[in-house]
Amino acid sequence: MSTFLARIGPNAIATGIAAAAAIAVSSLALIISGNNPITAFSEMWKVLDSTESVVLITNRSSWYYVAGVAVAIGFKMGLFNIGADGQYRLAALFAAYLGATVSMPAFLHVPFIMLIAVSVGAMWAAIAGILKVTRGVNEVISTIMLNFIATGIIGWLVNGRFRNVREGLLVAETKTIAPSGRIPGLNRVIEWTGFHFGSGVVVQGYVVVAIVVGIGYYILLFRSRYGFELRATGVNPDAAKASGVNPKRMVVITIMLSGAVAGLIGIGPLLSDSQFYKFGDQFPATLGFTGLALALLGRNSPIGIAFAAIVWAAIERGTQPLSIIGIPQEIGLILQGSFLLSAVIAFEVMNRRTQEQSIKLAAQRPLMTGPPPESGAAGAAT
Amino acid sequence: MSNVAPPMAVATATGPPEKWYQGRNLYILLTAGGIFLLSLARTIADADSLTGSDTVGLGLRFAIPIAMAGIGGLWAERSGTVNIGLEGMMIMGTIMAGYAGWQWGPWAALVAGAIGGIFAGLLLGLATIPFGVNQIVAGFAINLIAPGVARFLANLWFTTPEAMAAGGSISNGPAVSGSLPDVTVPVLSGGPDLLGDLEDTHWFFLSDVAGILGGVTRDVRLDIVVSIALIIVTSYVVWRTPFGLRLRSAGEKPSAGDSLGVNVILMRWYGLILSGAFAGIGGAVFVFAGANRYQQGQTQGTGFLGLAALVFGNWMPSGVFAGAGVFGYAQGLEINLRASAVVLALILAIGMALLCVVTWGLVTRRRGAAIAGAIGAAICLLIYFTVDEINANFIQMTPYVVTLLVVSIFSQRLRPPAAEGIPYFKGKEL
Repeated sequence: MSTFLARIGPNAIATGIAAAAAIAVSSLALIISGNNPITAFSEMWKVLDSTESVVLITNRSSWYYVAGVAVAIGFKMGLFNIGADGQYRLAALFAAYLGATVSMPAFLHVPFIMLIAVSVGAMWAAIAGILKVTRGVNEVISTIMLNFIATGIIGWLVNGRFRNVREGLLVAETKTIAPSGRIPGLNRVIEWTGFHFGSGVVVQGYVVVAIVVGIGYYILLFRSRYGFELRATGVNPDAAKASGVNPKRMVVITIMLSGAVAGLIGIGPLLSDSQFYKFGDQFPATLGFTGLALALLGRNSPIGIAFAAIVWAAIERGTQPLSIIGIPQEIGLILQGSFLLSAVIAFEVMNRRTQEQSIKLAAQRPLMTGPPPESGAAGAAT
Repeated sequence: MSNVAPPMAVATATGPPEKWYQGRNLYILLTAGGIFLLSLARTIADADSLTGSDTVGLGLRFAIPIAMAGIGGLWAERSGTVNIGLEGMMIMGTIMAGYAGWQWGPWAALVAGAIGGIFAGLLLGLATIPFGVNQIVAGFAINLIAPGVARFLANLWFTTPEAMAAGGSISNGPAVSGSLPDVTVPVLSGGPDLLGDLEDTHWFFLSDVAGILGGVTRDVRLDIVVSIALIIVTSYVVWRTPFGLRLRSAGEKPSAGDSLGVNVILMRWYGLILSGAFAGIGGAVFVFAGANRYQQGQTQGTGFLGLAALVFGNWMPSGVFAGAGVFGYAQGLEINLRASAVVLALILAIGMALLCVVTWGLVTRRRGAAIAGAIGAAICLLIYFTVDEINANFIQMTPYVVTLLVVSIFSQRLRPPAAEGIPYFKGKEL
């Protein structure tokens, strides 16, 4: 238990400091723009304190959570999958088109659509992985390029072959997916317990998908051989290689896995949100980048990302109605941005402190036949 | 300042003697070869505007913001900081330039754009230099923060009654008061317009050169001229001055520079400040283009294109400029949608260039490069011979495909600054 506390203690302190800094920066921005920060924050709290808000935050954070996990898988071995954004959009497009084209019974239809999304995401990500291991192309560069290429391909398909051609329809979008291909809401399940929602509030069934992804991520990381090799490669690539891990294979598998989970991001809006059920201009566009922020905030931990996703969604929800009382709602963006930046700084500082402490402790131990303290310091600093 | 350059400068002079096709001559050869291929493609595909001065001029307008972002990236990365926050820096540049331009005119807009970018650069520096946060993470954070700050400022500045009366809203600033004039080089492109006459003859090679030169010397907006001047100054300062050498040492081998008395930390700060200034001015250029005002999202990912140009250009100023030129040219074609035939001709030219790469790869036994080049060439030629009309979306993604091809083919020859991405703390390792 004490090791558990020691592990999350510094992270909790760092998160607290970052949150305080973010609130300070946003308060300053509010004061400069001539608003009262106390009014703004109490108004935000008032908005959040309702069933509707809780449901909306739950729905939205489930999308964000999957996005965060997708990116975190890559981060765990030091791969920056900036391409999660392109991967999920391309996956969602193919899933939307093929899902609306076929007709199947419900128990097959939903898995079919998800399978397409997962495979398209994995294959698009594989390009970056293969370029990295065969040609030594940095995945940051290749995935940034692949994002833009995905945007081009999507624009081409959605305006062309995949477009829903119907009289009077001016926007470019795919056909709507039939009810058999949608993930039903959870209201009836929850209302069984005696709780009743207001009208128009739907808990999306995708929340279940997000929970399954989270559990799967945990098992993969901490209960599988692959997860062990993944973490080992992330911590010390040379040691992992020396103990028999094939680094090239790990890169390709990991980035494909990251892409496969990224493929699931778009399933949230596509199959679970009554606003969509199809792919078009209005389809949520930057969830992959949100995922990057959340993986950083949650320190790649299955639980940490969940907290980060909820906070992120809560900030969005809470600041939405601020403009009604004359406060710029963009303060939410400032709040999110300053939170992210101060959090990565705080984590880094905490990291260095704990590393220095463990180096000191190691140096105090009586010298046996082990390596001299210098090599320990160099190893810990990388 | 000391007038004795640190001894690292000597190293280049003691290398093996250059062959006739190396060094500066290589660039001249490559440029001539490129124009030759374009000329050939223009003749084969019968698309005269491929190298026409109007196409080139339009391309230049698109190329300059990309080049400014790329050179901004060069300043940061040569001093040892990976900068994927260029897009955020440009966005800060546009919002500041939009406000200052409305209040005080176009020159103030250029300065304010630089200040906006510098602000983002300082933020990136704060995270990466004293705290040693992973530079890619910090740069990504800049990209996430900048649109939020810009929208917040737009709400603050452009939704006041005064600004609304001048046409402002949260997504549109009021128009810049006044505008920058266009510049034309006399005799060559104005007055007698010798280049224009030569271009109209449609001679092989000569008219193409005239078209390209005409495009960059006729009706060029003043901010673009200023940007070009700044880029030329950059390539001089980075490669030919003691300051540039010190800056590069911070990006190549900081501990070596440190031992010779270079203030590595300060150099990295300078690199990021200059990076922000260049990217910010690049953002300001957008304000003058088109509607002559700030518009939300008007940079459209140009910061990332700048990053692509930086990689494409192998972290060298001339290479970055060439990359930006190619990308800007492709963007210009995208706007000029009647130019489908022109794009096909361009694809033919790229295909032929890739065939040259394949030959080079086979001769020098670079199997991987030859295979990657052959795949690219096959795709280009297949498109040229089978497709009648190019979809606008494909033109749009051309720069990214080209960059991906370049990094795949030449990945072994690309050489980023050795110490970029690694935080430096005085007295610790490296």
